Amino acid sequence: MKRAPLLFLNVFVIATCGLIYELLAGTLSSYVLGDSVTQFSIIIGIYLFAMGVGSWLSRFIDKHIAEKFVEIELAVAVVGGFSAPLLFLTFAHLSYFGIVLYAVVFVIGVLVGLEIPLLMRILQDELDFKDLISRVLAFDYIGALVASLLFPLFLVPKLGLNRTSLLFGMLNAGIGIWGTWLLFPLIKKNVTAMRIKGFVIIVLLAIAFIKADRLTTLAEDALFMDNIIYAKSSSYQRIVVTKGKTGYALFLNGNLQFNSFDEYRYHEALVHPAFAAYNGTPKRVLVLGGGDGLALREIEKYPSVEFIQIVDLDPDMTNISYAVPALGELNKHSFDDPRVHLTNGDAFVWLDSAKTEPFDIAIVDFPDPNNFALGKLYTTRFYNLLKNKLKPDSSVVIQTTSPLVARKSFWCIVKTLETVGFTVRPYQTTVPSFGIWGYALAKLEPFDAPTKPPPGLELRFLNDDSFASMFEFSNDTSRPDEDIEVNRLDNQALVRYYEAEWRKFEQ
Amino acid sequence: MNLSRRELLTLFLGAPFAYAACGSGAPGPFPEGEIVGQTVNIGHIQRENRSFEVPADKWETKKVAIVGGGIAGLTAAWKFKKENFNDFVVLELEKEAGGTARSGQGDPVGFPWGAHYLPVPFKENTDLIPLLEEMSLLDGRDAEGEVVVKEQFLCREPEERLFYLGRWYEGLYLRVGASEEDLRQFDAFQKLIDGWVNWRDAKGRRAFAVPLEACSDDTEVTSLDKITFAEWLRQNGLNSERLIWYCDYATRDDYGLKLDQASAWVGLFYFCARVRKSGVDSQPFITVPEGNGQFVNHFRSIIGENIRTSQIVVSVVPTDKGVDVICLDGGEPRGVHCERAIFASPMFTAPYVIRGFREDPPFAAAEFQHNAWFVANLHLKDRPKPRFAKDFPLSWDNVIYESPGLGYVTATHQKGIDYGPTILTYYYPMCAEPNARTTLFNYDWKQLVDVCLTDLARAHSDIYELTTRIDIMRWGHAMISPRPNFIWSGIREKAVKPYRNIHFAHTDLSGVALFEEAFYHGLRAATEIRKEIRTL
Repeated sequence: MKRAPLLFLNVFVIATCGLIYELLAGTLSSYVLGDSVTQFSIIIGIYLFAMGVGSWLSRFIDKHIAEKFVEIELAVAVVGGFSAPLLFLTFAHLSYFGIVLYAVVFVIGVLVGLEIPLLMRILQDELDFKDLISRVLAFDYIGALVASLLFPLFLVPKLGLNRTSLLFGMLNAGIGIWGTWLLFPLIKKNVTAMRIKGFVIIVLLAIAFIKADRLTTLAEDALFMDNIIYAKSSSYQRIVVTKGKTGYALFLNGNLQFNSFDEYRYHEALVHPAFAAYNGTPKRVLVLGGGDGLALREIEKYPSVEFIQIVDLDPDMTNISYAVPALGELNKHSFDDPRVHLTNGDAFVWLDSAKTEPFDIAIVDFPDPNNFALGKLYTTRFYNLLKNKLKPDSSVVIQTTSPLVARKSFWCIVKTLETVGFTVRPYQTTVPSFGIWGYALAKLEPFDAPTKPPPGLELRFLNDDSFASMFEFSNDTSRPDEDIEVNRLDNQALVRYYEAEWRKFEQ
Repeated sequence: MNLSRRELLTLFLGAPFAYAACGSGAPGPFPEGEIVGQTVNIGHIQRENRSFEVPADKWETKKVAIVGGGIAGLTAAWKFKKENFNDFVVLELEKEAGGTARSGQGDPVGFPWGAHYLPVPFKENTDLIPLLEEMSLLDGRDAEGEVVVKEQFLCREPEERLFYLGRWYEGLYLRVGASEEDLRQFDAFQKLIDGWVNWRDAKGRRAFAVPLEACSDDTEVTSLDKITFAEWLRQNGLNSERLIWYCDYATRDDYGLKLDQASAWVGLFYFCARVRKSGVDSQPFITVPEGNGQFVNHFRSIIGENIRTSQIVVSVVPTDKGVDVICLDGGEPRGVHCERAIFASPMFTAPYVIRGFREDPPFAAAEFQHNAWFVANLHLKDRPKPRFAKDFPLSWDNVIYESPGLGYVTATHQKGIDYGPTILTYYYPMCAEPNARTTLFNYDWKQLVDVCLTDLARAHSDIYELTTRIDIMRWGHAMISPRPNFIWSGIREKAVKPYRNIHFAHTDLSGVALFEEAFYHGLRAATEIRKEIRTL
């Protein structure tokens, strides 16, 4: 039997599979860890080195070369085939993702490195060395070319990372099983057992392939439907930026902060009512939270503003405009404005300790109160500290979560503000990415809700016709009749309301 | 070198896992630190009962000498100062006054060395409330006349969490996995507590109140002092493991005694004394990073130079006209002639120091037994990482289920500092160890650190890496032990009476170690003496 041509087909498939696993690992790690140059470079390095280790190890295999070859194929099928789902799961659930990633890449590399030398030794009896080398290497490199073209053009867009990985695992297992026929004369051990093993692996991979959608949601919490272009675990939170059809989206600890296609609605509605409610020309503005710089972009539209103090916890957040240039474009490089003074720190601690002149306007834009560390930023204590940094005629706006989904939470914040002596004019608007969203406009003196945005601004959302309607509440968002607790440091009532109200939406 | 294929593979494949293991679990380098405070030998000089000759020029005259600068002694001194009475001196054994309410200064906040909170007093505690007013802790009164404490001084939520089988849960009673019987017993226990909260004697007095002086002396309630808290639970058919742990934690935490060591009366006192009426929450806690050190610091700022530290009082000699107090000041004997003395030291030391006490004891001082504790302050460069995203977050008080320690409090919690370096104060009562005091002082710093870190590592595998420094205070006589047949045995009535010209003031006299009780006795002794001096 002339085995050689068929074995060259093997070389071709093996080479394709091998490169696919490498590309998968590189893509996946640059998706979730960001910095694709570093990730690809490290993955390629480890993978090539591991292949070298595999080639070197092949010299220790003296007997039963054909059986060993089949077993290695099946091992590659398992490790390589399940590599993408495994890595997604690891990323979602473990903190030492990097170690698992590089270990998986190394193992696949070693196994793939063993394949070609073994195959060449199987073929050495049938061909000249000269022919052998030239053909094996030629098929190896053709396989690499096919893989590198298929991967970006067909596999990633059509199948996605998980299915690509599982499909090539099946191919590897197929090669292994085929090998039991092709190399039958050379195999001395129990061929049937090897074939059964191979089929079991194919079936498992096939099941995973069919269920891949379910697997993706499991791994990624149905969160990142779009490609991840930046991901970082800072000292305070996990920051993920995705890019999809609608634009860029930012997530903190898995919670959407904005989507670039409709964030202007949120930020115009956040910033301009506070300016509209201020009588006179505001000079000093305080921004608490708002590390994405989008509220700053709106504030910087006012030429009268001379000084903007922004306090945001996380330097990785306030640097994101530089880490992800697209976000810098989105906020119009608002951090580069010389009027902006940035402090990285916890706003609660800052308000308690900073010595500063009072502000005309304060924009309070924190993530929703879904934990106690955030809940303290919505307490009577916090608002009392904020009062100390205001003038009698200052105006303040606070993002207050959704009055529709979290009605009690919304009105709890309003009541808390009233308790410390603010007159509050709550309002709401629609931000498609979020739904119905609420804010509280507050002053230390009695005032009427403004009816128009300040004149002379370039606005995409707010106008004179619809501005006043934001201050109207529907039956399902208006102040409930039941008694609502005031949020204090020693009860954190808001965190409990919020948890109860949003829990319904988590499944 | 000839490595087998297997060896080589193990070598390469093992490396990442070995690295991961080092990163998470294995003990890292030992942190720095030392044993601070209390030198055993100094205290024990007092016991030697030697007589010291004071040279004539080393005598001075004061109206009053206060022996001991803990909360009781400082309260008496504060009271004198408030009345513009300055002719007194406070003699403190340690380098710093404050007793078990002492605190330390750290970065970013201070931290306690012992007592770390005060429950908000009821409006009836009219003596204590002016102190809180003076310290600007209050925002006035509510409609019922109860004090309103400023929000930043009330313990911030989340207050307590409990570590059990790898996870943290809210609260101190372990609800997760509780059987129906467990929950039924917990409810039954609450009902019994409610019963005692609402109980009043013929004179309208509560069964349990603060200060203890206000408690009913009706035998229906005082007979609870004859049995242990463990026995009381048994008698009421309560044997749920969780409930027993919960009550045992309570007695260890407040009294340094196990459930079967503490009297049932004090066990119920813990649960009832701070509850206004059934169905209402227990009084909230007043706390700051340095714990009750805030009261010590306030007292010190008022009393000023009248406090002398590092003074080993070796003799308190009652005379016909007054009292002579002899102390060692840097090894040199010095004397104070005074008209009255306040003995504000642990009661068991009275026979060693007061001349004539041993020969004709007014009360059995040896009955005042104390227990031993150690307290460790851990300086962390960052917070321990939660193992699960949904784990209940770092709280003020963090307790490990079925640990011999009491867990730790987080110093930065009250300040709202939720990220970065912090200080954890770890408490360990030596109530299970026989010869606890000897055992405690036989342990060196490293051994105690081991006890503390091994315990905490169960909940925080990264504690070794995060801890940069641990200092440890060994409290040989941390607090009075209210075992059965002590509080209501009649001894307190005897000990609270002056012995010749010496007045006693210490929380020991209440039988429980509480700020309010020390304050009560300090104030009482100061008032008694002022009355006597005025009439002299």
